[in-house]
Amino acid sequence: MSSAASPPALRRFLDNLKAVPRQFRASTIRGGMPQTDRTRSTFVFGNVFLHLHAVRTHRWSLRWSTTWGLGITAMAAFLITLVTGVLLMFYYKPYPEVAYLSIKDIHFVVPTGRFMRNIHRWAANVMVVAVILHMARVFYTAAYRAPREFNWLVGMALLVTTLGLSFTGYLLPWDQLAFWAITIGANIAQSPREVTDALGITEYFDPGGLQKLILLGSDQVGEEALIRFYLLHVMILPLVLAALVAVHFWRIRKDGGLAKPADADRRLGPPPPDTYPVFTEAPSRTYHLAAIVRGKTPAVGVGPEQTVPSMPHLLYAEAGVFMLATFLCLALSLVSDAPLKELANPGVPENPAKAPWYFLGLQELVSFSAFMGGIGIPTIVLVGLGLIPYLDREQEGTGEWFGGPGGLPLVLTSVIVGFGAAGGVEAIAIRFGWLREWFPNIPQLVITAINPGTVLTLIYGAYSTWLVKRYNSTRAGALGLFTCFLCGFVLLTVIGTYFRGPNWNFYWSPADWPHH
Amino acid sequence: MTVTPGPARSRLDPEPMPRRDFLGLASVWAAAAASLLSLVGMLRLPKAAVLASPSKKFRVSLPESLPEGAPYIPPGRTVALFRDSKGVYALSLVCTHLGCIVKSAGDGFDCPCHGSRFAADGSVLKGPAPRALPWFKVTGMAGNYVVDEDAVVPQGTKVAV
Repeated sequence: MSSAASPPALRRFLDNLKAVPRQFRASTIRGGMPQTDRTRSTFVFGNVFLHLHAVRTHRWSLRWSTTWGLGITAMAAFLITLVTGVLLMFYYKPYPEVAYLSIKDIHFVVPTGRFMRNIHRWAANVMVVAVILHMARVFYTAAYRAPREFNWLVGMALLVTTLGLSFTGYLLPWDQLAFWAITIGANIAQSPREVTDALGITEYFDPGGLQKLILLGSDQVGEEALIRFYLLHVMILPLVLAALVAVHFWRIRKDGGLAKPADADRRLGPPPPDTYPVFTEAPSRTYHLAAIVRGKTPAVGVGPEQTVPSMPHLLYAEAGVFMLATFLCLALSLVSDAPLKELANPGVPENPAKAPWYFLGLQELVSFSAFMGGIGIPTIVLVGLGLIPYLDREQEGTGEWFGGPGGLPLVLTSVIVGFGAAGGVEAIAIRFGWLREWFPNIPQLVITAINPGTVLTLIYGAYSTWLVKRYNSTRAGALGLFTCFLCGFVLLTVIGTYFRGPNWNFYWSPADWPHH
Repeated sequence: MTVTPGPARSRLDPEPMPRRDFLGLASVWAAAAASLLSLVGMLRLPKAAVLASPSKKFRVSLPESLPEGAPYIPPGRTVALFRDSKGVYALSLVCTHLGCIVKSAGDGFDCPCHGSRFAADGSVLKGPAPRALPWFKVTGMAGNYVVDEDAVVPQGTKVAV
């Protein structure tokens, strides 16, 4: 017999059944809806995906001009490529000729296939652009400085992985565009032979040949290469990228959030009156972190008054950027189709054979010397970028756009120098040719050492060394050098994209290309 | 309470390294070395021992009507054969710069990818190509020949017709 205090078991069962939706919601969002200061905190740190965020965010970090949302844009583009990529894998078959036909199927037969492929392709482009712009943002706001040196390196690894993902994806359609771009890329990997051949040691020491062999699994682009690129594209590189992204985000938080000027609080002024006051409710737990955290933490000596709860302020902003990025990819996909040329023909190259647009600056350099353009100068640039946060130990201008000695005027001057030098060197090479045309019997090593690419690098290096002396500041030199290389990259990419025609000759317009 | 001194060792006469530390470090380094070695072992797998590409040695029949100095390109190959009064010879059509296929144009070859130009004997005239187009070994006679793309011969080596 049941007691009078509790209803019969069947009644309780029905009550519980009715309560399932409410109880289910309560069990998923622990701590209740994010309506008070405390429940908003619980909302963030009680969720495995959100707890990479700090519970509260500084108002400086939420200004549009602090980040322009570029990092989140890159992440959003990555997620979009992930989803559309998995969808494309339903139909894609990584085997020569079959691959081409399956892409054709995806384009013409598969429901929404063309749209998904377009989105995948455009999101990949958006990702490359966002990553480059994000890097420029971090550089120009001097946000790489201590304690964020390591995260700058992780970011560089992410840039390289992003380019690797794009490059490996480029081969998969197995059309003429893909085949010849990858043939050129694989031979760039082999280009250390340019030096070892000139020294006559290739027989004993052949890093170039080894790189190409590992990359292609053969001595030419074929079925082995396609499987390898597919494996890299859908498995190895995405895993690497995901791991690096996790470290990157984690370090943002552990390095004290986004960089901001030392006097950010004063510049922001008092918080708006409607800001929910901090610590009106006693914390339900205390963390004795002081015992295990050492060193200069960003929160020392600063109250939480200039911070706002990450939920909703930061999370809504992120969601907004995410939606904008998605909208951008969708809009571009509706306007422009991903290209698909004829089936790959190993006997007849495309003329001109062009790599993806973000590699056309490199292709321009490669057209002077394969080794210096494809490996030498990129290595110099990467090593230089990696050293920046370790060489620039200054404080002035952290967290400010174009912060540091010289500031914006120096950057603008460097834009002129960067474009001017690149344009000048290119003009000479295009108008008068280079050493081989002047001295037909010149040794290859001389051309490898002295070509438009290395001359340009030297000019940039000399200019930034002069800046270091002129302003007595490493940051000034870095500002100049970074700006110069960025401008050089842009100019070479534009020349490679729009002004190179058949036989890589210079043409003012594709209308001037010879017909044959 | 009296303090009884322990054995005569430790602070005043420390061992260079305590046994446990030594064993610990030795095991860490052994594990690191083993991981490195296994990584090298794993990297042996993607380094192909047999290449999937077609045989580098192939037979070719030169058409009787082939004019002097005109290239004959066997189907599916990137080699051009020529016949002149001194004999038959074969040149690679793979650009020594970045592996595009050069095109016979006028008295020489043009590379479509980065504008290298080669003379009729394969020497570099212009552009980024670091080396001349290699000549391959040709054997045979009377219109039937075998070309070996693995055997590079000096420029000007021709087999008598």
